[in-house]
Amino acid sequence: MLAYATRRILATIPVMLIVALFVFSLLYLAPGDPAAIIAGDQATPADVERIRASLGLDRPFLVRFGEWLWQIMHGDLGTSIFTNLPVSHMIAQRIEPTLSLMVLTIVFSIIVAIPLGVLAAWKHGSWIDRGVMVMAVFGFSVPVFVLGYLLAYIFALRLDWLPVQGFHSISDGFWPFLRSLILPTVALGLIYVALLARITRATMLEVLSQDYVRTAKAKGVGQRAVLFVHALKNAAVPIVTIIGIGVALLIGGAVVTESVFAIPGLGRLTVDAILRRDYPVIQGVVLLFSFTYVLVNLLVDLLYTLFDPRIRY
Amino acid sequence: MSSAATQGPGYVAAPALNDVLPPVRQRGKVMTFAHRHPTIVLGGSLLSIMILIAIFAPYLGTVDPTALAPAKRIREPSAQYWFGTDMLGRDVYSRVIYGSRISLEVGFAVALLSSAIGTFIGLVSGFFRWLDTIIMRIMDGLMSIPSILLAIALMALTRASVQNVIIAITVSEFPRVSRLIRGVVLSLREQPFVEAAVASGTRLPKIIWKHILPNTLAPLMVNATFICASAMITEAALSFIGAGTPPIIPSWGNIMAEGRALWQVKPYIVFFPAIFLCITVLSVNLLGDGLRDALDPRLAKRL
Repeated sequence: MLAYATRRILATIPVMLIVALFVFSLLYLAPGDPAAIIAGDQATPADVERIRASLGLDRPFLVRFGEWLWQIMHGDLGTSIFTNLPVSHMIAQRIEPTLSLMVLTIVFSIIVAIPLGVLAAWKHGSWIDRGVMVMAVFGFSVPVFVLGYLLAYIFALRLDWLPVQGFHSISDGFWPFLRSLILPTVALGLIYVALLARITRATMLEVLSQDYVRTAKAKGVGQRAVLFVHALKNAAVPIVTIIGIGVALLIGGAVVTESVFAIPGLGRLTVDAILRRDYPVIQGVVLLFSFTYVLVNLLVDLLYTLFDPRIRY
Repeated sequence: MSSAATQGPGYVAAPALNDVLPPVRQRGKVMTFAHRHPTIVLGGSLLSIMILIAIFAPYLGTVDPTALAPAKRIREPSAQYWFGTDMLGRDVYSRVIYGSRISLEVGFAVALLSSAIGTFIGLVSGFFRWLDTIIMRIMDGLMSIPSILLAIALMALTRASVQNVIIAITVSEFPRVSRLIRGVVLSLREQPFVEAAVASGTRLPKIIWKHILPNTLAPLMVNATFICASAMITEAALSFIGAGTPPIIPSWGNIMAEGRALWQVKPYIVFFPAIFLCITVLSVNLLGDGLRDALDPRLAKRL
């Protein structure tokens, strides 16, 4: 177990290094002078020179990458070109809404999707099963911003049950906080629910045809216990894998969702940074999200051994 | 068969099968196919309609989608303006119809490009073991960056153009294809027919062309449809947040982005392009689901 964990943790280091190298070199992969790209169209030659000096473009690429990596390992993500604030500071200010939205979406999706998937597999071939599958196809076909507008139109504008836009910090009280996140969570969650329900259904179908499930039924174990104890436990590994992989969809979706619902999170920060060509901020956010994604999947891989002690890589 | 030997005593001729069984109704080939693969037919027809709309956009009662008419701003949908007009007086119907061109162009181009690049890298990785570790680590790294975010980062660097949107989305999609093809190649290499080809001295290019590539086609096609669907959504999302197709070009994401400021009072500007986007993506997804069930029953069972 310890050897497996160590090996798995060590294996993420090269991946993270490649992500860092890619994010760093983005600026140099683009055609043209990076300093001029960052400075934008309305820059004076003096601006370009100032940016060139601040990026240290006169030194070799690998030296600069090494220095940048060293800074990052010390939590220094550079300085925003637009606001002149440290990028890590700007991210810290914006992280609460994004983190809340993502955690809430994961919780919501798991609570909705797994029972749906179990039900669909149990009532295989019934209208419930078909309904879940149809919902899954729609979940993959309706983009998060379309669903966001639809939900906001129905539940905020027409019915006036929930706020149309905006975000309340949890320090304003839990209820306003939750109310401001209900619609974004449902909008962002649909694709995740579709993904999870489909994989839960597929895995459960496979597990329910196993001999030990028949044995459990034969010895008189109740239906609910068969489904949720005997079967679901053994279906856990693929489901947890998809929960981990799905986080990538969630991160991409959060950027767009925050635009729809005017939530001042990391997504808004990214969009604003694109419009201002504030490249250090974009690099910082991409790096943060990618590392989060890698670490979530590392955690998932380590969890495997808890769900399935047979796994020994 | 009716020789005297078979017609001995006690022999009773069995009635012809045609007389016992009810007559089989012969269905045409088209009907059989439609019956067996309803999702392919439904998705394919919807997609064909969208393609026809994109091709014949100028003849579908549209006007110049970029023509400004400040005097006719924000008109509600009516007989003259089917989908109303936006805040610059442009005809939303014409913009939505022309917008189908951008979505389909980006979807198909990204699906083709990332399939081609991914297949090439997957083949190299599957056949040259010493390159495999390095290539797959790089692909892992690329796949660790959430795809919309990767596309955003690339778009922030370049001039906004349809071509750059296609490149940016392709970069975020092809690593998954290379993973898929590498897996197929690795399992095919162990197959007896490939080993036999190797043993009989077939050259590598011929093995790849004759034995490997035909067998990657089914998963590749299925995967390409899903890439196409996700590329359409990503293009719309990029345009929507202002990092995609240049605002001058009417794409569904751009129309929605422009309608955003007014959407609480005039929701139709956002909803018409949204409906078209959803139908198009749905048609491609249905086609992909159907193809997967038809071409790879094992995978269909797993999902």
